[in-house]
Amino acid sequence: MRYLLTHLDDAWVLTLIHLRLALIPVLLGLLIAVPLGALVQRTRVLRRISTVTASIIFTIPSLALFVALPLIIPTRILDEANVIVALTLYTTALLVRAVPEALDAVPAHVRDAATAVGYRPLTRILKVELPLAIPVLIASLRVVAVTNISMVAVGSVIGIGGLGTWFTEGYQADKSDQIVAGIIAIFVLAIVIDTLIMALGWAITPWVRATRTRRRGRAAAPA
Amino acid sequence: MGPGHPHPSQGQSGGTGVNFLQQALSYIFTAANWSGPAGLTARILEHLTYTAVAVVFSALIAIPLGMLIGHTGRGTFLVVTGVNALRALPTLGVLLLGVLLWGLGLVPPTVALMLLGIPPLLAGTYAGIANVDQDIVDAARAMGMTESRILLRVETPNAMPLILGGLRTATLQIVATATVAAYASLGGLGRYLIDGIKVRQFHIALVGALMVTALALILDAALAFAVWASVPGSGRLRGRSAAIPQPLLGDEVALESRSVVHDPAGGPPRAGAGRGG
Repeated sequence: MRYLLTHLDDAWVLTLIHLRLALIPVLLGLLIAVPLGALVQRTRVLRRISTVTASIIFTIPSLALFVALPLIIPTRILDEANVIVALTLYTTALLVRAVPEALDAVPAHVRDAATAVGYRPLTRILKVELPLAIPVLIASLRVVAVTNISMVAVGSVIGIGGLGTWFTEGYQADKSDQIVAGIIAIFVLAIVIDTLIMALGWAITPWVRATRTRRRGRAAAPA
Repeated sequence: MGPGHPHPSQGQSGGTGVNFLQQALSYIFTAANWSGPAGLTARILEHLTYTAVAVVFSALIAIPLGMLIGHTGRGTFLVVTGVNALRALPTLGVLLLGVLLWGLGLVPPTVALMLLGIPPLLAGTYAGIANVDQDIVDAARAMGMTESRILLRVETPNAMPLILGGLRTATLQIVATATVAAYASLGGLGRYLIDGIKVRQFHIALVGALMVTALALILDAALAFAVWASVPGSGRLRGRSAAIPQPLLGDEVALESRSVVHDPAGGPPRAGAGRGG
């Protein structure tokens, strides 16, 4: 704890690096996955292909991907770009499955009503279906953001920057105080980002607050 | 060191990717590299040991807890908060701190990897049990089954796909992350990856990366089959529902979205939120 308080400047600099590595991929993944997910939603074959590809990508361990990426793309080994590309792949892999599922959850009568009042498919997806899919998207984004933050931390064993460097430095210098400081900093960072994304979801979906939907089943039955 | 922490290889990690791949593959396909105490076979077994021990311990903690909370509906808040908090806890930090505090051995990696395995298992078990059709549970209760029998004989079999889905996610994350055990002077496939980077033998690092990936893909395929086989009834053998299940964090997303969608206040889900009646 003392280490954290006496190294607040370092903590801030490392936090910024950590956030850059963890969150740029979230934005890039979102930019790729939302159009892609909306595109494959209606086509069975494409959707199956994207789902299977996504699962395989997700199964590749992150450390392995950080090391193996330079084989596939023209980056240097241990370049920051590998981390960004790898985490973007994971984010896209998770979201490209979540987006069509979220769109599926939009009730058919809502879609029909939108069509009936004159929305063309593209505007309907953008203005009606995607907004209604936001709660599920936000849930996925929270998981992705927190997962990315911990993946960047693990990456410090192969020399990736960020708050994880306090773990490797603290371990090599036998300073458990520094490791504890790193754990606290990353924990707080993850919780803060998670809460911010949740708050963002809350702020942009006022209708969710207005309509109290109640689940069937256990929720409705007295225990 | 601060912001400019230099990457060890910047500037001159010469050689092309294809070269590294060829070297890595020829390393893997050389029989001599598979034997001995530091051979591939031994490293794979070490890696699997860390994984299995951690998975078993996280299951021992998370599954009973998730069953209890899912059945009683009490402590839902604990699941959501606990899952979020544990997911935010950095594995590497816990592992290295554990080594400094308790010394080398199986304890630090087991504890650190358990923290990875508990969230998906807890979320999967809880969601599985809590989502069993209430009519089925009521029917069992009406037939005179005791609560513990309802939980064990009715709810658990119905929840099995989600529980095993959680197990699949947990195993996948643990097998991937067991790589870092090598950083704390332990064995496992991480030895290749981390040592390879340290001594700039990038083809050795690549051997580690390829082997861990292969291990993860094989384990995942096996568990995907288990999830599929655990679907109650024979519906999976007929028709279109026979899709291969793809949980992979899906259980956690499901848990999160439940709390987002069904907690109208949007704030942190409260205990018993949505339990009207």
